[in-house]
Order: sequence, then C-alpha cells, then structure tokens
Amino acid sequence: MSETAQAPAVRLTGIDKRFGAVQANRGAAIEVRPGEIHALVGENGAGKSTLMKILSGMLAPDAGTIEVGGRDVTGWSTAQAIAAGVGMVHQHFMLVPTLTVAENVVLGREPVSVGTFDRARALREVEELAEQSGLRVPADRLVADLSVGEAQRVEILKTLYRGARVLLLDEPTAVLSPPEVTELWKVLRRVRDGGATIILITHKLDEVMAVSERITVMRQGETVERLATRDTSPEGIARAMVGRDVALMVQREGAPPAAVPAAGTGLEVRDLVVRGARIPRAVDGISFSVAPGEILGIAGVEGNGQTELLDALAGLREAAGGSIRVGGVDLTTDSVRERGDAGLSHIPEDRHRRGLLLEYSVAENLIFGQQHHFTRRGMLDRAAIDAHAESRIAAYDIRPADARLPVRALSGGNQQKVVIAREMARAFSVLLAAQPTRGVDVGAIEFIHAQLRRARDEGKAILLVSAELREVLALSDRVAVMYGGRLVTVMPRREASEEVLGPWMTGAQRGAVA
Amino acid sequence: MILLFLAQTLRIAIPFLFAAAGGALSERAGIVALTLEGFMLGGAFGAVLGSYYGGSAWIGIAAGVSAGMALGAIHAVACIRFRADQVVTGVAINLFAVGVTRFFLDVAFQSSSNSPRVAGFGGEGLSALTALAANPLVWMGVAVMPVLAFVVARTTFGLRVRAVGEHPQAAASVGVPVTRVRYVAVVWSGILASLGGVYLALDQHQFTDNMTAGRGFIALAAVIFGRWHPVRAGIACLLFAAAETLQIQLQAAQVIPSQFVEMIPYLLTIIAVAGVVGRSRPPAALNQADA
Amino acid sequence: MSRLRQVFEEGVLAPLVALLVALVAGDLLILAYGQAPGAVWSLLIEGTWGNAYGFGQVLYKATTLTCTGLAVAIGLRAGLFNIGGEGQLAAGGFGAAIMGLWLPSTTPALLAVPLCVGAACVAGGSVGLVPGVLKARFGAHEVIVTIMLNFIVLAFLNWIVSAHLAVPETLHTEGVRAGVLPRLSAMIPAFHGSAANWTLAVVLLAVGATWWFLFRTRSGYELRAVGQQPDAAEYGGIHVGQAWWRAMLMAGALAGLGGVNFVLGYKGYYEDGFAGGAGFLGIAVALVGRNHPVGVLLAALFFATLSQGGLAINALVPKQMVEVLQGIVILAVAMAVPEVRRLVRQAAGRATGRAR
Repeated sequence: MSETAQAPAVRLTGIDKRFGAVQANRGAAIEVRPGEIHALVGENGAGKSTLMKILSGMLAPDAGTIEVGGRDVTGWSTAQAIAAGVGMVHQHFMLVPTLTVAENVVLGREPVSVGTFDRARALREVEELAEQSGLRVPADRLVADLSVGEAQRVEILKTLYRGARVLLLDEPTAVLSPPEVTELWKVLRRVRDGGATIILITHKLDEVMAVSERITVMRQGETVERLATRDTSPEGIARAMVGRDVALMVQREGAPPAAVPAAGTGLEVRDLVVRGARIPRAVDGISFSVAPGEILGIAGVEGNGQTELLDALAGLREAAGGSIRVGGVDLTTDSVRERGDAGLSHIPEDRHRRGLLLEYSVAENLIFGQQHHFTRRGMLDRAAIDAHAESRIAAYDIRPADARLPVRALSGGNQQKVVIAREMARAFSVLLAAQPTRGVDVGAIEFIHAQLRRARDEGKAILLVSAELREVLALSDRVAVMYGGRLVTVMPRREASEEVLGPWMTGAQRGAVA
Repeated sequence: MILLFLAQTLRIAIPFLFAAAGGALSERAGIVALTLEGFMLGGAFGAVLGSYYGGSAWIGIAAGVSAGMALGAIHAVACIRFRADQVVTGVAINLFAVGVTRFFLDVAFQSSSNSPRVAGFGGEGLSALTALAANPLVWMGVAVMPVLAFVVARTTFGLRVRAVGEHPQAAASVGVPVTRVRYVAVVWSGILASLGGVYLALDQHQFTDNMTAGRGFIALAAVIFGRWHPVRAGIACLLFAAAETLQIQLQAAQVIPSQFVEMIPYLLTIIAVAGVVGRSRPPAALNQADA
Repeated sequence: MSRLRQVFEEGVLAPLVALLVALVAGDLLILAYGQAPGAVWSLLIEGTWGNAYGFGQVLYKATTLTCTGLAVAIGLRAGLFNIGGEGQLAAGGFGAAIMGLWLPSTTPALLAVPLCVGAACVAGGSVGLVPGVLKARFGAHEVIVTIMLNFIVLAFLNWIVSAHLAVPETLHTEGVRAGVLPRLSAMIPAFHGSAANWTLAVVLLAVGATWWFLFRTRSGYELRAVGQQPDAAEYGGIHVGQAWWRAMLMAGALAGLGGVNFVLGYKGYYEDGFAGGAGFLGIAVALVGRNHPVGVLLAALFFATLSQGGLAINALVPKQMVEVLQGIVILAVAMAVPEVRRLVRQAAGRATGRAR
C-alpha cells in the first residue's frame, strides 16, 4: 500500500472458513493491485478455491473482511459481486448445456423488450463482445456441442458481459491442451491490458512463472508468502507451498535397466481400440507391454484417452478392438472380477467416484473388489475381514486406526492409503496405478511412491498414468506419451525429461509407436 | 359424430392440459411433479366449497386456485427450503390432499362420499358443444400449453426456469435467484394443476371423494411422453383423452375391455422412458435439492 | 461419538421430531373440530394398544405395511425408488389366490401354505422385475416406470377378476380351497374378531431374513454398494444392472408377500382394490424406518396404529383426521431427515473445531 497511492483492487484479510470438521481457511489474506495478473498458488486443499468463492460471494466467511476497490464488501452476495464487477470462471464449468452460448452468457442479466426475453439482442450483443475481446465462440450453438476450449471462452465471456473488472480463474488450464493454454494466456493479457485485474488460481508453477506478475502462496488454509514473480523461482514457490525444501525432480534410485518384456509375462496390449463418450476412437489402436519388475509411465495432458485406456484395461469399458493379456492370458472380454482374479490390480484415478464406498467402514472398504474372497457360503466372513483390516491399517499407517470408522471421516491422504493398501494386498502380477497421488498431501505422496517402487522391485508390472509429469519421471523405468488416443512415443527413463516430453505431449512432435 | 367425438375428447383433455402444464413447469424447474394428483384434488374441493358458499362459479375458481397455491407452497417449502426428497413429499402431498378433502367434506357437508350439487358454468339443457363453449375454463385450458410454451421459450422467467432445472449451480453463479425461481414455478404448478381439478368439479357439479382418480398421473405421463416440452405434452394430453373417449364409445360394443384402453397412457410412457422410440431425457437437476 | 448416539442422531431423532410435529398438527385439527386433544388421543391409544381386539387389528395392518415398507427399503438400499408397492402388493394377493383356488382342497396345509406364499412372492416379484430390468437394460427411470406400472397392473387385475373370476355381483373371487392361514384368535381367544393371522409370523421371518441378507451376506454388501455409488460398485466387480433387477425382484416379492395377509389370512379370497393405498404407505414406512428392516417393522406398527386409531376416534372427530396426520408425518420426516443431518454435522463440526 505504501508503494502506491491507489487502493488495491482486492484485499482480503483474516478470512476464516470452516466446512464441518474441515477448516478450509484460517486467517487467509490476499492483496491484488489493479491491472495485474496475480497468481494464487498452493497445493490441492490449501484453501485457494474457498478463498476465491468467498471473494465472489458464493460463500460467506466465518470471519475476516473483504475489500474491493477500497470498499468494504464483506459478506456480499454473488449478485452484488457481479454488479461490482467481480466475475469468477469456475474450474468445473458453470454452463447450462441445454441452453445456447448466447443464453448462457446473458443468463441473469437478460436483455428485455416488451416484457419478454430479447433473443435477437442477446445474440447480437454476445457476438459483438466476442469480436471485441477476441474470444471467438458460435453464439447460437448449444453449449453441449462445444469443445472444452470453447466452453471456457464462454465462461470468460460471461464475466466480461457482466462488466467484470476483476476476473477470478480457478485452475483454468486443467482441461486445456497446450495450444489452448497458449491461446488463453493471450486472451488474459489482452483482457488485462483492457484494464481488468486477474487472479489466477493454480498449482502449476510453470504457469505462474509464465503469466503472473505477483504471487500469493497458501498452505493449509493460511497465506504463507507474497512474492513478486520476477524475484522468485519455481523452487522458491515450491518451498513456500510445501513448507520445506523439495526436489522438484526426484531421481530414481538404482532401478533395473528397462527390460524388453518377454512374451507371456506382465501386461501386453495389442491394437487396443476404445470408444469414448464423444469420440469414436478415444483409444486409437494402442500396443504396448509392461514387463514384470518395470514401471511404464504414461504422460500426457488429461483427456487424450488415458481414462478410456484405463477403463478398458480394468474391464469398466468395452474394448472395440484389440487384445489385453495379463501373464499371457487373454482378458479382453473378461469381467472386472475375472480380471482381478487373474492378477490385475487397479488404483482408480478418482477414488470418490470409483475407488471407495464413502459410507462403508474402513474394514469394508479394504475388501472391496475382493468381497468374494471374504465370503463363506454366501455370507461375509467377518472375522477374516476384521483381521485383514487390522493388518492393512498397521502396514499402511492409516489414521485414525479405527477399522469401523466410515471412510468418509478420513482425510484425502488416508483415503488414498486405504485404496492402495487394498490393491497391494491382492494376489496380483499387474498393477494399474492412475493418478495415485492426486489430492494427497506431500507426506503421503512419498509413502505412496515408496510402495509403488517396492511393488516394482518385487517383480510386479506397473502401468502408471499420471497428469503430473514429475511423478511420471520420478517413478518410471520407461516413459510413454499419450496424445490424441495414441502412444506417440515410448523412451527409456534416462532419455526422458520435461524438455523432451513437452513437444510430444502438445502434439508438436508426432509419430506413433504402436 | 366426429364433432361430438372431438368435443368429448376436449372435455376429457382439459383437466389433463391444466395439470400437465403445471407438471411441465415444475419439472422444467427441477422439481418432481408427483404432486399433480393432490393439487387437482385440492382444486376440485376448493371449487365446490367456493361455489357452494360463495354462490358463484368464479368464487369457486378463486377458492380452488387458492387451495392449489397452498398445496404448491407446502410442497415448495418442503423440497426447496428443507431439501426433502421430492418423490417422498410428492407422495405425502397426495395422501395429505386425500385426507384433508375427506376431513373437510365431513366438516362442511357431513358426508363421506360427495358434496351437494353446485352450479357450474352455462345453464341447463345446453348441447354438449355450447356447454363447452360457455365454459371459460375450456378456453383457458386450450390456451394453457401454447402460453406456457411461449413463457418457457421466450421470457426471462422461462429462460431461468430452464437454467435452474438443468444446472442450478450455474444459474446461481451468475446471480439467478435459484430458490425464488423454483418457488414461483412450483406455486404456479399448484395453480395450474388445481385449475384442472376446478374444471372437473364444476363440470360434474359436485365434489366426490378422490374424484381425480389418477388424472394427475395421466398428466404426468403426458409430460414425460411429451419429453417435458409444453406443446408436445399438450398433444399427449389430447392423445390420451382421445383414447379415453374412444373407450367410452366402444364400451357398448364390447370390442376391447375398457381396462386395456385405460392402460394406454401408462404403457406409452413406459415405452417412452425405456427409449424404445427415442429416449425421453428429464431435466438434469430433477430431484436435486442443492442449488 | 458413541455408536448409540450415532444411531440416535442419524436414525431416531428425525422421526421423533416428525412425531412431535404431527402431534401438534393433530392437536390443532382436534381443537378446530371443537374437541379436547387429550380425550381424542387417549381414545386413540385405548382403541389400539388398549385392548386385544384393537391391538390385533394393529398387528394385522402392520403386517401388510411391513411388507410394503420392506419393498421400498430394499429398493432404496440399492439406490432405486420403488413406488410400485401398490401394484406388487395386489399382484401378490392375486397370485396367492390363484394358487389357493387351483390347489385341491385336500392339499395338506404344510404343502399348500408354502405354495401359496411362494405364488404371492413370484407374482409380486415379477411385477417388481419389470422396472428393474427396464432400468438395467435401458436406463428407464424406475420412479416413472413403477408409477405407471401400478396403474397397468391394477387395471389388468381389475379386468381379469371382473371378467373371469368374480363371484357374480361382486368384485372378489370365490374362497380359496387350500392354503388358508389361521387367525391368531384361534390360539389366543382375546384377539377374537381381529384379522391378525399367522402371516405375521411369516413376515417377522421376512424382516429377519432381509436384515440378514442386507448386512451379513455378500449379495447384501454388493447391493448396498450399488445403492451408494454405482460407479464404485462397477469398479468393485459388481454387476450393477444385475444388482438392480435383483433388488427389484426381491422388493416385489416382499410386497407380494403382503398380499397373503389379506387373501389367505383375512378374507380367504382375492378382492379387487384390497391394496387400498398400503403400497403407497410403504414409502412412508420405509422413510420413517430409515430403510432398516427393524425400523420398518416399528414404523409399520406406528402407521397401523394411526390407521386403526382413526376408527377408534371416529366418535369424537372424523376418522379422516388420521389420513391428514399420515400426510403430515411423511412431510415432516422428509423435511426433518436432511435438516437433522445438517444440524448434527454442523454441531459435530463445531465440536471438533473447539477440540483443535
């Protein structure tokens, strides 16, 4: 404040917010100057989104003050925030799929003529605004028919239509392809140059360095650091996010050389084709194998067929062509249960949607998927289930160590440990590990990585799919890149680096192995 | 002959049209419309009470609509403010309406089966056609679906109803008062559906116990069969009414048992939701309490 | 939080709140009618739990309601809302009657009763199976299908009985020749005149079996998993569609069992319209009983008491008052369940907040 006479565009101080047992914000603060791109960074669960929802009026703070343009607006509503020019672009799009682009943009501020909604004017206004801002969108199409990138442009248009002077973007690149990300930065700079202030929520440090001018770092609900981007480095930000030094790229210790898998062992996939929800060939004829004692890491921007590939391997989605073998046995048409019994274990990418039954106890979750092995004459073998739970809880240090607690009551890290403890307890030869550390705190990440390495060293074949390139590099013996439904390259770990993989992930470099 | 058939079809269709309009509006806003039966019954009883004590069919309409509004408001508070399961509250509203009308039938008219005769619209001895034309509710019933279609497609309120029923979080994020839109939609659905009951009672010149006899569910079937679109739902109402007319005409001939004709709307609806001929897809936020 | 307290807060508190609301609403109705609430309530208790006949009637009504309540509860445990209890119940009664009419009168009870009960379950189960299969195969919404199916089944039964099976001038069949269940009054004379019968014992067994199935067997574990999170269940190797149609088959069979109570235990014949709303009331029973078999049994007793109590208080206030109260209880429970859960979680949040 002392360096500029101008009031800050946004100032939040001492914000507290609690959801049930979770304290999402404790004394959180942020100060943003007019006309800057400000990055709000922190790990998953650091309280960034909560803080921004409070700023945008979607949530009321338990304590603290909110100032916008020097005016105290604490506890305002979404409508008031919008009227004052604060607009939020949500991580999960807030668009009504059955309405047109124009209808979505004007919703809540509809142009009216003679008491009815003026559709023609809405269309015209949206087209004009799209022209001015460079956010090209088809104004009369249904939102359901748009691509992800187009949908995000509609989101930004929505805030601009409402005359937003302060734009909040929550993880805007999570769903975008690299060219779309570049396009987004252009748009944001243009909007900023038009006089708007932008707050970008992210946990990707390269984005922070690329586009922001100043940075606020949050950790466990608190604001821990304010930095000027030009005075810091990715390592400095990471230290502030985690609270201690972290090596951004953990080198693997003494892994065996990448082996060419012998036929009839590990996981072998041939010419696999999988239909997607929108694309006919979400997985477009992929072949690869994972040898026992090897981790094959698949890197790539999300949405390039990874989910469909995993689903098909696990038996959750039908393969439209090709074959899947585990230990030489063809499982292509087997059920989920048959695959499990044939030696396939699976850490799913979304533990809340797939991996856990949140209302079931820890003990009941620890047998999930193997319940038929804990059954005697149709009845659950409760003694065996309890014994199993006790040993798993101890081995994986699941806290609190109470087998009867519903899994819902556990933290994200401990929930993920339940999933991993269970999947590692199966008699398996092949493990599918999808986003194994998503939404997990740093301590648990290290623990989970150690478990994956140990399984590898015990001779399991592991397919790792992760959106975190660093995770892929830290764990894999071989690295593949998935782009547009194909594996565009596979290389030994020693040849892989962020610089080498980047062009493959963005589609800048092409050529399919398979 | 054909004219008579059409007149009879229209006469049967009017209650369906009103109730289905209420159902379409409520469901498009994301609130399940299992309540139509109860709203209609309330409207029918209110109409008789109003006409009997007020001495005019118009007072009957006012009283019937008030009853529908009140039931709609109860339903709205239960499932919007208290986030109760809308299917459960729907069933409760229907049971409640049956109980309340029976209770007050006893209180007001000391009967457990029917009310005394009340005047409706039009004098005695009119031909079927002129009696229809003399009844303002018929004209309203014919107009209700086109009007509703216009409201849904072309007004700000309609746009907001569609948004709220499909993605309430998105609507809320741009400052659309989701709760208020839903309250208005549900109360209006009570008003519209109750008009169906009002028509029924005034047409029969009395209230009889449980006189709606499942018409609210036929209206709901029409909404689903019409894929939640007012005009298509209206056509479904006419179709179902025509089937019923046909059944009445064929009854003497004993060609097909009347029970099989009765099944037609329900069978068609099941076929429609099973997607045998183009899946009918409900509004995405139907029966989701959260805004 | 102790287990007992959790059960209280999650399961019992909401119905208690609702009961209180209903009591107050009842007081208001009674006062409006110009009677003293105390007198009416004591008459209601006196006419139900206060004498053997009244209690027998409560047991009789609770028997049917337990069945339709279980039919809704087991559906909800699998994530399906079964509104088809009415049609399933009627079909069950019809199945029992057909078997009872078809068997020769010389069939020993030990054979005839299981055959008739089985026929009821098969008939009810088949009606339940339709929405289950349509859901599993086509994704057809079970609420819509079950509602519509009620009307279809009732119309069909109405036709077959009136056109082919009815005793002239009535809407009921002839008396069944085999499989009749004795009334409780045959053993306990005090129940004399009440319709309570040995179906009660069969239904109590069904309550226990349902509990055992849901919480002790692998199929029950899998069924509840499907109800909680179908995507997770699929990942856990469970065939979701299969779990759905199985659940609906069981639900229909349980509702169908309720038909035995009227047909074999009470009248000895099938009568058109005997279900009389008991199928719909099953939704209320399951809701108040929190989808737990024991809760369902208790809730069935409660609603049976209300329904029988209406007759007892008719001298003072119209018996229809209890129908109003039933509606209010359901509304109040439906509102109280999410509200209580929210308040309890809020309080828990504050408590842990202080602990930190």
